[in-house]
Amino acid sequence: MDFNDSPEEARYRTKVAAWLAAHAPRFEAGPDIKPNSAAWVRLSKAWQKVKAEAGYAGITWPRELGGQGGSMLDGVIFQQEEQRYRVPNVLFQVGMGMCLPTVIAYASREQTQRFVGPALRGEEVWCQLFSEPAAGSDLAGIRTRAVRDGDEWIVNGQKVWTSYAQYSDFAIVLTRTEPSVPKHAGLTMFWLDMRSPGVEVRPIRTLAGDEDFNEVFLSDVRIPDSQRLGAVNAGWKVALTTLMHERLAIGKPPEHAGIEQIIALAKSIRTESGGMLLDAADVRDSIARYYVNDAGLDFLRMRAQTALSKGLPPGPEASIGKLVMAKTRQDLAAFALDLLESGAIIEDDDRSVLSTLQQTYFWAPGLRIAGGTDEILRNIVAERVLGLPADYRPDKDVPFNQQ
Amino acid sequence: MNFQFSNEQEALREQLQRLLKDGPARCRAVMAAGDSHDRALWKSCVELGLTAAAIPEADGGLGLGVMELCVIAEEVGRALAPVPIASSALYATEIIRRHGGEAAALWLPRLAAGEAIATVALTEGTGSWDAVPSAVVVDGKLSGSKLPVSDPHADVAIVSARSEEDGRGYGLWLAPLDHRSVVRRSVVAVDRIRRHAVVEFAATPVVRIGKQGEGANLVDGMMDSAAILTAFEQLGGAEAALLMARDYALQRKAFGKPIGANQAVKHKLADMYARIELARGHCYYGAWALDVGSAELPRAAAGARLAATDAFVFAAEEAIQLHGGIGFTWESDCSLYLRRSRLLAQMVGSRRRWTSRLVNALVAV
Repeated sequence: MDFNDSPEEARYRTKVAAWLAAHAPRFEAGPDIKPNSAAWVRLSKAWQKVKAEAGYAGITWPRELGGQGGSMLDGVIFQQEEQRYRVPNVLFQVGMGMCLPTVIAYASREQTQRFVGPALRGEEVWCQLFSEPAAGSDLAGIRTRAVRDGDEWIVNGQKVWTSYAQYSDFAIVLTRTEPSVPKHAGLTMFWLDMRSPGVEVRPIRTLAGDEDFNEVFLSDVRIPDSQRLGAVNAGWKVALTTLMHERLAIGKPPEHAGIEQIIALAKSIRTESGGMLLDAADVRDSIARYYVNDAGLDFLRMRAQTALSKGLPPGPEASIGKLVMAKTRQDLAAFALDLLESGAIIEDDDRSVLSTLQQTYFWAPGLRIAGGTDEILRNIVAERVLGLPADYRPDKDVPFNQQ
Repeated sequence: MNFQFSNEQEALREQLQRLLKDGPARCRAVMAAGDSHDRALWKSCVELGLTAAAIPEADGGLGLGVMELCVIAEEVGRALAPVPIASSALYATEIIRRHGGEAAALWLPRLAAGEAIATVALTEGTGSWDAVPSAVVVDGKLSGSKLPVSDPHADVAIVSARSEEDGRGYGLWLAPLDHRSVVRRSVVAVDRIRRHAVVEFAATPVVRIGKQGEGANLVDGMMDSAAILTAFEQLGGAEAALLMARDYALQRKAFGKPIGANQAVKHKLADMYARIELARGHCYYGAWALDVGSAELPRAAAGARLAATDAFVFAAEEAIQLHGGIGFTWESDCSLYLRRSRLLAQMVGSRRRWTSRLVNALVAV
């Protein structure tokens, strides 16, 4: 076992770190730039452009498409180094991580070439129109209809939880094209210009107070058949391609409250008897328990990285990462806020430890739902890793319009 | 980044799995015979080199390393192998190898060849391995009693005791257990497979291990090493308990379907898996820290110990729950894993001890 980079990996890391040190600080979001503000979008695009010009966008994409032809591990190394800075990069995560790989896999060569460059340079933002009010975990139950009309499709329906739709230029959209067959068999995927007539985006305010996701209403939106991704009624297979890319995101999650903050907090707070809170047995016990999970997640990432460095996919254990992470963050933040007693009541919007804790705590419920709920992830582990029977699905073989 | 065992180490694991299969059945045979261990299996373990693995070639060993010991510990834990590998090869041999001095030259070749078995005899009824001993050594002769001592049929034991030369501290000593001055009285332990006894010494000639007054330091280091190796043993046991429960959930039917089709059952098994995989990462980190002698060893050992103890206890307890009534019987292998998980949780220091070590290490950074 060896925690060090191979000489080749170390060279790449050194190069990346030097480049970031020279460029990233200028693109760090200061306290005056609120997430999701217009200034934040500008900064996000500017940072993406600089990365693209220096050859740090699309690191793992093939060269013939404008990528760098690097390994998955190169991608991970860049991500790890980039995370040392407060640079805004989430705006492009859905597009670069999920939409564009789907476009690359299914769109025509001309279309692919049309989209890859602007996406890499941060000139165009993409979103993913998948979930609906009545179809979340059971995504194949979507109701947005696409009806063929000559060379076009007419799309009607409502999508929801669409991150950054309000800033997006393009989307991939999953629709129902054949309601008279079982639900998975009647879906078709398209790409869509978000400025098409009939597309209306309404931001939704999250529990955390931010407005980074949206409802998207599609009313008689016309999509040319040439924008279809994959065969008619083969949309489920296409969607699985998209979601598979979601699982490959193994980088360390962005800044959140961790063990270090809790230790600092427990050192700074005095008990009734004048001692440090850090010396209280119950506090130490909690710190140890959160450390086991927190560091355990780091070790899961290292195992995935080991697999990637050998050119192998991450092992099945990678599937527990988000499940453990979301709940651990929620519990850890709640524990730390509790230590502060009434000191944690007032919301702090500067970048204090308190504000990080409050943000972590109020974001955690979303994290436990997004990208697979705790419950769905446990099902996936039980079925795909441990080989337990699939759940009973009464609708599995029933035509969608007879359910 | 290379955070996994090498191909050679995985090949060793496969050999071990073949050798140690039917572990629970072997355990029952040993219990029925009232024997100290499975002598035929022990002979095979010696032939495969398990006792010689971490001993230097100059002392008759194979000169392999900590990583191989970790693989051995994991597989022994998985199979509940009824042989004194943990006491002898994982705990006692390690301290003799590191600090044995002249005693090492004498004992290591015999331990490597499987001609001798070693164990540790540090506790005196309550507390952890690092409790200050009441046993005393006067003029090179040990008196006092140690309990509980695992695998007391061993030929030699590492014993903690105080002597005048140790000042305020204490020392470690190597004591022959077959000497006429030693009395071994069997006790019934929570784990019926790993035998235990009270061992009484009455002016038993002993040889010092390490330096005068150094006992506490040696035990500290020994506990870090033992915690990591035990964590691998716990990891193997936890995985065995999980798979036993999984297999039962697939096979047992209730209300017209396998119980494993119910989400309450599936989710519990997924949670067992998650804890085990988190513990596995900590174990790997511990193995690395021990192997390279990292300054992070105290943190790595404590993390591995806490994660693996929790994973094994949780897996063993919930495996019984998923088996229902049959899991609560003496004849179910669930009982063997629960009893082993309890034994390993009690040995090598409590949650409290390791929590304290861990937080101290985290704060010191």
